[in-house]
Amino acid sequence: MAEVEETLKRIQSQKGVQGIIIVNSEGIPIKTTLDNSSTVQYAGLIHQLVMKARSTVRDIDPQNDLTFLRVRSKKNEIMIAPGESKKSNSLSGF
Amino acid sequence: ATPVEDGGEVEEAGEEDRPDSVASKTDKKEPKLTNQFNFSERASQTLNNPLRERSCQTEPPPRSIFSATANQWEIYDAYVEELQKQEKNKEKQKAIPSKKDNEKSKKKMMLMETQGDDFTKVGKASKIFERMVNQNTFDDIAQDFKYFEDASDEFRDQEGTLLPLWKFQYDKAKRLSVTALCWNNKYQDLFAAGMGSYDFSKQGHGMLVFYSLKNSAFPEYIYPTNSGVLCLHIHEQHSHLIAVGFYDGCVAVYNLKEEGLEPVYKSTAKTGKHTDPVWQVRWQNDDMDNNHNFYSVSSDGRVVSWTLVKNELVFTDIIRLSVNGAVSEGPEGAQQPIIACGTAFDFHKQIDYLFLVGTEEGKIHKCSKTYSSQFLETYNAHSMAVDAVKWNHFHPKVFISCSSDWTVKIWDHTIKDLSSGFTCRMCQKAISGHNTDGTVHVFDLNINKYEAICQQSVVAKKKTKLTHIEFNPIYPIIIVGDDRGYVTSLKLSPNLRKKPKAKKGQELPKGPEVEIAKMEKLLSLLREPEQNAV
Repeated sequence: MAEVEETLKRIQSQKGVQGIIIVNSEGIPIKTTLDNSSTVQYAGLIHQLVMKARSTVRDIDPQNDLTFLRVRSKKNEIMIAPGESKKSNSLSGF
Repeated sequence: ATPVEDGGEVEEAGEEDRPDSVASKTDKKEPKLTNQFNFSERASQTLNNPLRERSCQTEPPPRSIFSATANQWEIYDAYVEELQKQEKNKEKQKAIPSKKDNEKSKKKMMLMETQGDDFTKVGKASKIFERMVNQNTFDDIAQDFKYFEDASDEFRDQEGTLLPLWKFQYDKAKRLSVTALCWNNKYQDLFAAGMGSYDFSKQGHGMLVFYSLKNSAFPEYIYPTNSGVLCLHIHEQHSHLIAVGFYDGCVAVYNLKEEGLEPVYKSTAKTGKHTDPVWQVRWQNDDMDNNHNFYSVSSDGRVVSWTLVKNELVFTDIIRLSVNGAVSEGPEGAQQPIIACGTAFDFHKQIDYLFLVGTEEGKIHKCSKTYSSQFLETYNAHSMAVDAVKWNHFHPKVFISCSSDWTVKIWDHTIKDLSSGFTCRMCQKAISGHNTDGTVHVFDLNINKYEAICQQSVVAKKKTKLTHIEFNPIYPIIIVGDDRGYVTSLKLSPNLRKKPKAKKGQELPKGPEVEIAKMEKLLSLLREPEQNAV
């Protein structure tokens, strides 16, 4: 547990990282470093994207699974790392 | 009105039988077909019973809305779960006979899984995340590592350059110097760095740190130790086992797969630890009982073999080094032989029992694991302490030694003395060396025996000394450790990695035979002038 906290702190302190959101398997954010409205917006949108991406990868080969997803845009980049099974959490950072 | 022909069809809805055309034509008597148009209707009205409605309302059955998608992978997952359940059932049936207990425990397990937002599952994701962020931050270095080739090498005849890549450091290890480096065979981006201190008056704690090239900001594994680490070696096959030698003479074995920060095995005063700093440790092949074992050499003059038997570390003295020879009793009976200090050793790649030990007095002894009282051969190698000896990876007879007297010598172990001088550390056909002034020298014996083909300043500050260097077996990079606790990685430019050019039409022969042939050629070249001089 403490290790995870430490890792998150290190990631947050890296330059270029604007914020981190941790979302549970239902799409509800459980920890965030951004303001409320942005968090809710991002969480809602990203959750669907991750489900779709994961579904795509697994459809092609069920033994495969999504490791991470990067969405690069003109201004910034959203990085998403999904958790292990259906019942776990994913991280998004910018 | 249609003309009525004789016997023609008359379409009239009436009560008359229509004459059958065929019958009238042929004038035969056919059975009469009932006229489908000839019908009569009789209707009557019945009593309508009064309608009454009767209903009763029950509790609605519990409903839930269920929606799911049926994908290839959902089906796969369901099958896998089913399989796991079956396996668990089999196990439980063997263990607990009663069925009720199974159900109860299953229910409990279900509850646990749905409870709360568990942070620990984020662990793996956060690790991947950190690497992603690092990849972004150090994007240009990662690209360089993979793709950069120094174009100016074409203009520089045979010299090459070293391109600095990542720099690894750990906060808590800042005051320690890097005393040992080792690449992991299985995961070629993972390396171990032992931290301690070469300053013999100031000895404190040490650390064993593992870095991955994928994350240069923070180590993967950290093990703090009581005493400074002087040497380490990662097992070649079981790359989660690491043997470590300390300044206080202990040896320990760490297992990366275990959770704790303590070593799995550690030698103590009772179990035969060395009384002086351990300079080198090396894993060996498993012995006949399939136990892992490793060797260590130390300044107390002993070469000891340690075997991992179940939970203990069992030691066996292999040889005791002494100045005159490995004599167990002095020429005058009870005289104690003067103990020599061992500083380095290396085992032959093919011949298992043969190994070399370098001493502080500058001699190199060739020994066998089976004969503990005698050296097979002694070479008067150097005038000062031997820092390292290494067998050539390909040529079975050649080894190299380097020492504090600023020379490096290449030997054929069948001949007692040999040859050339440079400062270096050995690796295959290229040799690299480092100096106290912060530069790295790379030598390629094939090209130039006496001058480095690359000399480059690696560390900026003049106060920093470089202490260790290692080549990566797969990627063309080297890691250099210094006395500030930094490890710098450098990429070898193409000139430094060059393989001999093939003549047109000739296939380039590869493999150890080529390396052996090259070595032989070199040695014969060196020997000839000596013979001529004689």
